[in-house]
Amino acid sequence: MSGAVIDPRHSPMRAAPKKGLSLSWSDPRFRNIVWQVVILGAIAALVWYLVQNTNRNLAARRIATGFGFLGRTAGIPIGEALIDYDPSINTYGRALLIGLLNTLKVAVVGVVLATILGTLLGVARLSKNWLIARISAIYVEVIRDIPLLLQLLFWYTALQGLPAPRNAAHPLPGVFLSNRGIKIPLVEWEGPFWWALAALALGLIGTMAWSRSATQQQEATGVRPKVWPVALALLVGFPVLVWGALGAPFEVEMPVLRGFNFVGGATLSPEYGALTLGLVVYTSSYVAEIVRSGILAVPTGQWEAAGAIGLRPGTVLRQIVLPQALRVIIPPMTSQYLNLTKNSSLAVAIGYQDIVSIANTTLNQTGQAIEGIAAIMLVYLVISLSISFLMNWYNARIALVER
Amino acid sequence: MKRSILSGALLLGATLALAAPVKAQGSGSATIDTIKSRGQLVCGVSTGVAGFSLADSKGVTQGIDADTCRAVAAAILGDANKVRFVPTTTTNRFTALQSGELDLLVRSTTWTLGREGNLGLLFAGVNFYDGTGFLVKSAAGVKSVKDLDGATICVQPGTSTELAIADYFRLNKLKFTPVLIQDLAEIQNTYLAGRCDSYSTDASGLASFRFQQGPKAEEHVLLPEIISKEPLGMMVRKGDDKFFDLVRWTLFAMIQAEESGVSSKNVDEMLKSTNPDIRRLVGAEGDLGKSLGVENRWAVNVIKGVGNYGEMWDRTVAPLGIPRGINNLWNKGGLHYPPPIR
Repeated sequence: MSGAVIDPRHSPMRAAPKKGLSLSWSDPRFRNIVWQVVILGAIAALVWYLVQNTNRNLAARRIATGFGFLGRTAGIPIGEALIDYDPSINTYGRALLIGLLNTLKVAVVGVVLATILGTLLGVARLSKNWLIARISAIYVEVIRDIPLLLQLLFWYTALQGLPAPRNAAHPLPGVFLSNRGIKIPLVEWEGPFWWALAALALGLIGTMAWSRSATQQQEATGVRPKVWPVALALLVGFPVLVWGALGAPFEVEMPVLRGFNFVGGATLSPEYGALTLGLVVYTSSYVAEIVRSGILAVPTGQWEAAGAIGLRPGTVLRQIVLPQALRVIIPPMTSQYLNLTKNSSLAVAIGYQDIVSIANTTLNQTGQAIEGIAAIMLVYLVISLSISFLMNWYNARIALVER
Repeated sequence: MKRSILSGALLLGATLALAAPVKAQGSGSATIDTIKSRGQLVCGVSTGVAGFSLADSKGVTQGIDADTCRAVAAAILGDANKVRFVPTTTTNRFTALQSGELDLLVRSTTWTLGREGNLGLLFAGVNFYDGTGFLVKSAAGVKSVKDLDGATICVQPGTSTELAIADYFRLNKLKFTPVLIQDLAEIQNTYLAGRCDSYSTDASGLASFRFQQGPKAEEHVLLPEIISKEPLGMMVRKGDDKFFDLVRWTLFAMIQAEESGVSSKNVDEMLKSTNPDIRRLVGAEGDLGKSLGVENRWAVNVIKGVGNYGEMWDRTVAPLGIPRGINNLWNKGGLHYPPPIR
């Protein structure tokens, strides 16, 4: 370590003498504390003034305040809900919960699909195949330059262009495409399905244990036992066996045209379809660029070195390049996930009832705008912080461990 | 040094005085004083409903709501054209009025207890008696709302219509799927595209929408049931009773004028009328205008600028093919009954 420069301040001989806090303006520590107290005090006073002012004005205008309306019967109809809802019985609180669930339904599905599509596009843009690379490049450049709202309106109009229920397109048995949405058959959920689900969970644990022991064996002997046959048996065979042993119930509820619309089966509404499609297509164009930049950030030497030890290109991509690229990809990807979630509030424009739509209706019916907006802000804050927290945790996990 | 402190304190005092609520001066109403000093009434209307408020080919907002705004402007400023129209949506209309962005809201808004109780706003009168109706495509062969079981219905969120439909369908044990879009043009397009079996709003709004379809109007039918009461009117903020009085009596003056046979064409002759009711209305006798905080000829200005209620109706709503019905005068089978102007 000869020649290493030691910061003189860290040497006990040269360090500044430690002093108690003196109440003198010439003491930097004292100055810092005074300034911080002054600024914090000013911010607190400003917040206090704003709250007081709002309360005074609300009282002067005789506008109702408080969250008491959450317990009142809502009366507002809701088009699609993941949980039971009847406007004449259920409360505004439940209506807002449905809005939250609807937002999550779009956000979760959107994030997963946008990641898959975006990664494929990002890799495709780096492809040596001229056509694939160009198609991907055109997709990215066109899609990300068109405002999202226009794209949503486009998809919504396109889905409304489908035929009326009476003349619905019928590509597969039980599947109907109409301007009322996509109808698919619904398998009736019975007891044995719960058992099969439990078997799947057990199988998952077993597969993970087997995979871990395979890794240990590989480290001991250099030969990795095959994992996939065991995984297949545990994840598919075992649940199917359990379901079969319990009588293999399988009743399908087919959508049937009755009156105005299809009855039975599950529905994918045009509103939800257009919103998810629009968000996925739009966000994937950004994800593609992030993936591309991540891959390009891995030095060429890594590709060449991996090639030199005889790995195939696919293996190089999966085992060498992507794990390193992830470190570059994850932070901007977090931003995209947050963007997608927040952009889902554009649902209002195409009639999908997310949290913003339902809170807007609520604040308009109750007249309590501040509470309604506060509810929307709280929901987005909690969702966004959760995503950030998860992604930061993942980022820390895959970060290069430096010793 | 001392002087600068003094002037600083004066400045501070002046700022505080300005920040404090504007005190009423000449007319006894802060809102009327603001309108007078601004020289303009700021009136919230819809984003475009034929017959109520819709810009014509010259960009002039026409309709019964727009004319109600003009009448109030005429009463205060003597000129029916001194109005700035602010388009509002169903969801931002109350906030705009509460916050003081608007002086007056005339936007096909239904008078309900909940709104008066919770919003800090008051209904100053009913310029149109309406009810929730349903429009369906003629091809669907639907004859009654009772046939709409299981139907998808397009409706604007945040309206009293959506609540009325939910109540009615529950009462009659019918089911429906709502499609809720805030933007008026977008919800109408969605209905036209076939996403919904029916489009529901106030019957007048449906008639106006059907009228806008031009030659294709025949493809749509208005169902016979009117499932709710929707008295539409003008809203003001609570806390300025003088302005509330003025808005309320402006409409009554227009209705009274129709009842007394005073119109925009004969109002000048009516100034010489011997009928004491008419003399009080046109301000030839008494000082009723002054008690409202405006000039005595206020009603003359209103009638000259906009006409009486019947003239306003004939000019704005009648061309849509909406019958006068319950919107007629009380002595002709309708609900418009102005209290005595005396």
